[in-house]
Amino acid sequence: MLTALVFTPTAVALLLLVLPRRTPESVFRIVWVVSTAVLLAFVVGLWAGYDHGGGMQYEVRARWIPSAGVGYHVGVDGLSLPLLAMTCVLFLACAVHSLRQTRRVREFAALFLFLQTTCLGLFVSLDLILFFVFFDLSIVGMYFVIAGWGHQQAARAALMFFLYTFIGSLALLLGFIGLYLAADPHTFDMVELTRQNPLAGRSVYAALVLLAIGIGLAVKTPTVPFHTWLPPAHTEAPAAGSAILAGVLLKMGTYGFLRIAMPMLPDAWRDYALVIVIVGVVSVLYGALVALAQTDFKRMIAYTSVNHMGYIILAVGAAAATADTSEQARSLAVTGAVTQMVSHGLLTGALFLLAGVLYERGRTYDMGAYSGIAAAAPAFTGMTAVAAFASLGLPGFSGFIAEFQIFTGSLGPRPVATSLSLLGILLTAGLFLRALQKMFLGPLRLPDAPGSPRAFPDVRAHESVAVVPLLMLAVVVGVAPRFLLDVIEPASRAVVELLAR
Amino acid sequence: MLWALVALPVVFGTALLVAGRRADRAAPVVAVGVMLAALGLAVATAFRHTSVTAPLLEQLPVRLAVDGLSGLLVVTVTAVTVAVLLFSAAEFGREEARSRFFGLILLFAGSMLVTVTSVTLPVLLMSWEVMGATSWALIGYWWRDPERVDAANTAFLTTRTADLGLYLAAGAALASSQSASLSLEDLPGADEPWLSLITAGVIAAAFGKSAQLPFSFWLSRAMQGPSPVSALLHSATMVVAGAYLLLRTGPLLEASGWGDEVVAWTGAVTAVALGLVAVAQTDLKQLLAASTCAQIGFMVLAAGVDGTTGGTLQLIAHAAAKSLLFLVAGVWLTALGTKALPALHGAARRYRTVGIVFTAGACSLAGLAPLSLWAAKDVLLSAAREHTPWLYAVGLAAAVLSAVYSAKALWFVWRPQPAAEEQQLDTEQRGTRHVPRMSVPPLVLLAVACVVLSPLALPPLADAVERVLGGDSQPTPYAWELGLSAALALIAAAAAWAWGGRVLPLPARAKGWFRDWLSLERAAQALVVRPVFWAARSAAAFDERVLDRGVEGAARSAVGFARWSDRTVERAVDGTVTTVAAATRALGQLARRPQTGQLHQYLAQAVAAFTVLAVVLVLVR
Repeated sequence: MLTALVFTPTAVALLLLVLPRRTPESVFRIVWVVSTAVLLAFVVGLWAGYDHGGGMQYEVRARWIPSAGVGYHVGVDGLSLPLLAMTCVLFLACAVHSLRQTRRVREFAALFLFLQTTCLGLFVSLDLILFFVFFDLSIVGMYFVIAGWGHQQAARAALMFFLYTFIGSLALLLGFIGLYLAADPHTFDMVELTRQNPLAGRSVYAALVLLAIGIGLAVKTPTVPFHTWLPPAHTEAPAAGSAILAGVLLKMGTYGFLRIAMPMLPDAWRDYALVIVIVGVVSVLYGALVALAQTDFKRMIAYTSVNHMGYIILAVGAAAATADTSEQARSLAVTGAVTQMVSHGLLTGALFLLAGVLYERGRTYDMGAYSGIAAAAPAFTGMTAVAAFASLGLPGFSGFIAEFQIFTGSLGPRPVATSLSLLGILLTAGLFLRALQKMFLGPLRLPDAPGSPRAFPDVRAHESVAVVPLLMLAVVVGVAPRFLLDVIEPASRAVVELLAR
Repeated sequence: MLWALVALPVVFGTALLVAGRRADRAAPVVAVGVMLAALGLAVATAFRHTSVTAPLLEQLPVRLAVDGLSGLLVVTVTAVTVAVLLFSAAEFGREEARSRFFGLILLFAGSMLVTVTSVTLPVLLMSWEVMGATSWALIGYWWRDPERVDAANTAFLTTRTADLGLYLAAGAALASSQSASLSLEDLPGADEPWLSLITAGVIAAAFGKSAQLPFSFWLSRAMQGPSPVSALLHSATMVVAGAYLLLRTGPLLEASGWGDEVVAWTGAVTAVALGLVAVAQTDLKQLLAASTCAQIGFMVLAAGVDGTTGGTLQLIAHAAAKSLLFLVAGVWLTALGTKALPALHGAARRYRTVGIVFTAGACSLAGLAPLSLWAAKDVLLSAAREHTPWLYAVGLAAAVLSAVYSAKALWFVWRPQPAAEEQQLDTEQRGTRHVPRMSVPPLVLLAVACVVLSPLALPPLADAVERVLGGDSQPTPYAWELGLSAALALIAAAAAWAWGGRVLPLPARAKGWFRDWLSLERAAQALVVRPVFWAARSAAAFDERVLDRGVEGAARSAVGFARWSDRTVERAVDGTVTTVAAATRALGQLARRPQTGQLHQYLAQAVAAFTVLAVVLVLVR
């Protein structure tokens, strides 16, 4: 089941590449949209068949490199299933959004389908090497998306993105090898490693492994101070690329914390929880402050991602405290963290796609170049306003459900840090309101093309078909989150229990 | 039924917003219809006292319930909203985005309904913040004007700053584990230090929403919104939400041991300080806005001294009077193009009916007997008197101020209009010199409400209200209190009328300070906003100049190191290898020399070798 889900997109990508050269571009577009829609339906099916209390499900094991303790082992539980669904939704949205894309459509579609394989594969991996392979392949895929379809400075940004995250992944590999060597018998199997807890009682070794894994994941997440690759990558990437990069690829880092670092290194995680919490709070406040100072719309959204990921780091750090805090609070924090991953994927995906709409019309992301867009494009304004308010954590949208759980769960264990990071939602409110005011409200002024003022048409059908479902899902999660939380909660309770060993 | 009550406005409001301008024509009818239905449901639920529950987060359900207090409030909210909607239907012409306006009002009223019926913190916080966001959209309704959007931003950011208190309170309540379901009634059971944190959070959130000191300034800016928005925002929704929350969490304030004192005194001080601010205003809407802060100060004072009955009566009576006054200010603004008091000379004479209803509202606001705010104030002040006489004295002073500013406004609008003053009109927009016929009935309705509500705060009915609200029996005002406050209000109003428009003999700086709302906004700008922007700029500079450069520097030094290795290490290594190769070659050449191919030479070599071998063998042995 899962194997089919993971490798179908790549199969379709290969099919696209071997189609005869004279195939019209519309065929590629349609195949792309249809296959991502089928994948989404597939995940919905998985969700329907998923037993909420059943732990790891749809498991598949196969021999791969037995001599090195590496196996092909995949499965889903409450941590990964929501992310799988979010990934499929976002890739479908990107496929629809790119319906009017004209630059090398075949390669673009194939590359995105390949990226989808790497993302889905990473979230179902239950073997560290398999995880690592998908982790690195996603970097490769995204490198080509940015370098091949980005804006003016794309090559440079893509290179920086590739090198930075690749070096991060090497640190990750080092940590994985550390875990492998500590296990008895040697294995890379995640389930086995979690069960064994191989580094219990070996604090220095465990600390070093956690450091390596932590840096590897922190680069990908990204947290301060490893985030500087993110803004240039986003500013230069095409809209769909940014949406996937922020929506899905960043989650690989935070998912790694929940899936690998916390359950496999519980002692070290508890010992260094304070460091993790501090990194989280700094990311929250620093990300929001730097975002507030930006003049480039896309760069601003990129920095809010640092802020939003900071809440997740805060929550997973706070969940480590065991002394005199209720299990309810800690599990609430972890549930909030997973909800935040889903929510951020939907909302940032929508915001980046909307930024793409903006760029296509004005050919710049500079906020100072626009004013009063609401007069020219009311529907576009409405969608951006909704996405912005959702992103600043307004109740009724998914962001609030996530952040409220994170704050409420983390305040007991870490009162000072959580109180400080509360200021983050105020700063994001300020920066989004400012951006809305600057670009969308006030008297109409649009960037001039040479000669005559450029027309600013409202959102087209394919653009709204891509964005509106993302926003609607955010509302559904924000108003009736039970369908999602029923899946996440057992898994987050399990993480909290593993952490308390 | 309770679900229907809160869902109706929210669902239809959202639908109108999504439909956009296509629904402009139908919007007013839909909105009024929905709100009338909601009013019916509100009355029904107020008698029924139902509660509903739905799961939301892990062990933290959504629970809505209607008891005495929220029953009275849902009726007040829906009734005032109906009046405001009726007025807006006449006021908003075809050229306005009516669907957006009416949709937002419905959403706004819906979130207020959820706020007053919620009994668990998560859902309270949700509706609380949605109300703030819709108020942003309503204040900034005319978004082409940057100043109005600025005002909307100020309102939303100020109230959200205070809202963080509720997030804190929720976290603290969960941490204390006494109230694992986060229901409001469990909050007082929390243990220290969480109890103090919860109390502080709730108080901060309530002060922010209710524009109490030091948050009052956002309300002044909020006047930039359309008049119906001001009417709704200042009367039965938004600003009273804070007072309601404090009335609702009275046991928490008491349990904390300090919360009730802080609340009572802040309310009292706000009532006096903002009363003075109101007296100093020269703009009708600003005067009314400041008076809102002051009047809500009374409710907050009541919450602090456990005077729930008085606070609730004040809330209801004030809602009727204030929505009426703001709507009339809006009528004059549309007709005459100004809201400056000196320019409104004779406005009440020009449009007689409107003038009369304005007078009814202003007299009620002044606390003149026998109108409702007079007795309501005495009910709550008698609770304050039981607490400490000082609070009573301060409250009485604030009541005198209400009489002064109400009389001041009345004096301006009733003064005969000199013919020369026509040019003062139309300072803010082009007046229509015309009051739409359909906008008068809602005003009359509200004025009638002002008058009819009068006996509500007096003994037989006030006792009934107290029974409805439940809780402990509360002190009732003595006859002398009622007489004293009525006399004081009458004297103060008469004095203010007699004083008229003359300039007060006060230093200009003091007057300027009061007119500028105690310079609160400037203080907030200087103390909070500017430092934050400074920090943001420094962080961005650090990010670019230190972190990013650092990474690039690392990359560059990696390349540099590679070059250096290429030049130095590589040459050394290469040199070694070359040397070894050369030496080997030399040795090889050397080794080739014996290979001559001539037999006698091989023989000689063999002999020599064997000789050496023999010598070695001999020596080793």
